[in-house]
Amino acid sequence: MADQSDKAALYWKANLRLIVISLAIWAFVSYGCGILFRPLLANISIGGTDLGFWFAQQGSILTFILLIFFYAWRMNTLDKELGAGEE
Amino acid sequence: MSQFAINLLFVGASFALYIGIAVWARAGSTKEFYVAGGGVNPVTNGMATAADWMSAASFISMAGLLSVGYVNSSFLMGWTGGYVLLAMLLAPYLRKFGKFTVPDFIGDRFYSQGARLTAVVCLIIMSVTYVIGQMTGAGVAFSRFLEVSSSAGIWIAAAIVFIYAVFGGMKGITYTQVAQYVVLIVAYTIPAVFISLQLTGNPIPMFGMFSEHTESGLPLLQKLDEVVRELGFRDYTADVDNKLNMVLFTLSLMIGTAGLPHVIIRFFTVPKVSDARWSAGWTLIFIAILYLTAPAVASMARLNLLTTIYPDGPTQPALEYADRPDWVKTWETTGLIRFEDKNNDGRIQMYADTTPAGIAIAQERGWEGNELVVNNDILVLANPEIANLPPWVIGLIAAGGIAAALSTAAGLLLAISSAISHDLIKNIINPKISEKGEMLAARISMGGAILLATYLGLNPPGFAAQVVALAFGIAAASLFPALMMGIFSKRVNSKGAIAGMLTGLIATLLYIFTFLGWFFIPGTATLANTPDNWLFGISPLSFGAVGAMLNFAVAYGISMMTEEPPQEIQDLVESVRSPHGAGGAVSH
Repeated sequence: MADQSDKAALYWKANLRLIVISLAIWAFVSYGCGILFRPLLANISIGGTDLGFWFAQQGSILTFILLIFFYAWRMNTLDKELGAGEE
Repeated sequence: MSQFAINLLFVGASFALYIGIAVWARAGSTKEFYVAGGGVNPVTNGMATAADWMSAASFISMAGLLSVGYVNSSFLMGWTGGYVLLAMLLAPYLRKFGKFTVPDFIGDRFYSQGARLTAVVCLIIMSVTYVIGQMTGAGVAFSRFLEVSSSAGIWIAAAIVFIYAVFGGMKGITYTQVAQYVVLIVAYTIPAVFISLQLTGNPIPMFGMFSEHTESGLPLLQKLDEVVRELGFRDYTADVDNKLNMVLFTLSLMIGTAGLPHVIIRFFTVPKVSDARWSAGWTLIFIAILYLTAPAVASMARLNLLTTIYPDGPTQPALEYADRPDWVKTWETTGLIRFEDKNNDGRIQMYADTTPAGIAIAQERGWEGNELVVNNDILVLANPEIANLPPWVIGLIAAGGIAAALSTAAGLLLAISSAISHDLIKNIINPKISEKGEMLAARISMGGAILLATYLGLNPPGFAAQVVALAFGIAAASLFPALMMGIFSKRVNSKGAIAGMLTGLIATLLYIFTFLGWFFIPGTATLANTPDNWLFGISPLSFGAVGAMLNFAVAYGISMMTEEPPQEIQDLVESVRSPHGAGGAVSH
């Protein structure tokens, strides 16, 4: 029983860590590259404009998709490893 | 065959399909009515959620919004980034919880009928305001393509939704939304592919946007920047000054998206917690197909339009009014394109007549004001004609616009009717109601919600443009924080949650009303809606994120000062955190 609740705590901690990392990337590509750091990326040109513009219009969306699939894959593996999966 | 007949054929065929699905997918139990029996495949659910989410505004108006330039990238990031929050912070745990509605969770987790009722009120305010736009959107699509009045269009739309929503509930809605997604995405991408091929030779619009403009040999965006600059507009790719506001606006849209009940309940329909995670990813892929195409349509259609007006380049004389192409004539009759020859030279000058650069250009060239007013929706609606595409593509756009409006309206109506029949009637007023009685109540609430939406669509209150801001602001400031804290904190109790939701809701409403008019009644705004008056330069549309922060702070503060939630509630939180032992959505 103790083992079970230890595992549950471990599972939740791993989930929180994964969420923090994913949301850091989420914020970095949209609020960072797409908005706040755009002037810093002004020298990297892409298709007639700068990288920040690309991140705001396409890059952030593509990153969001990768993030969700990565999270789903990691969590579904974790479910099995720590016995939290659905029977 | 005339254009009218083609449009009728496309729209009629799509309706026959929706009704066919409705007959096939009748709901037999409340579980089927509320969550489609909990057995929807995650990819199918992703497609249905995408259609549920993409409204008439996404389909018809978004490219126009984006065509203003970089500043409106907030819509792209905000309306997609919310799904990351949904996938990681809400969907899997709410699916594990395993009940039917959003107020279900809030009422149980915060062990309080007051919290449940607050959630029902927030849900109804935001869903009703949102559904008005869908009904008017459907009316507009009908009237433009099928030569019926806008009111007749709204009645037809209501009748179609009635058939599949009242009989099929979530089950009927889910499978019609899948069909509607296919119709709308095909209708959106085909003209985009053609316009991209014509301008850049690249068949994929999202790549075409960043490649070379065939005619000038310059990168497309650089060419567009140069053209708009010659006419006094801000550069298309120009950076913005008020970054705080852009960040908060994007954040409000993201949090608001994740807090919309009609989107959240779609994740209750998949069989397992792991499916809820996958399904969020699929949803975003299906949404991204349109959202990555829209900025390409925006930039290309704007360049195309200006090239049409200035056939010899922006520094040369503009097009003679007498020589205007047929599509301008067609759309002039609808009032979406208006021409006024202010300097009586018979030519169509289109430029920025309020910027210093534009005024200087006008003085030099003898212009006396912008002469062509083009509604934002034109970029999508007239796209096939501007690009000289065959008439069947126009029929497709008609069916696509109506599909986008109907699918979102149905999702919202289900959220409203389940809040009434399940949360209000079954869980608050009459807990002893039988399964059969609740089913009947659900169908009657759905019928009532459709009638209300139809009435409001026919007599829209004078704030149609602001309602979307209101819906997102409320979702961001009230429901999202309560749901997130309910999962991620065991300490937040009923007093904290109720105080938090009310603080977020009221603060956001007050800020919006101050600038946009009390209850949106024109002329009652306390302060003019200009950046100088805004608190720290935060626009009323961006305030949802601030409301959410207030909600978090108040809820947490009050909870720390009052008692811990009871042990069984802490156990409930523990159980939603782990997918272990998740069954189907339980009957209760």
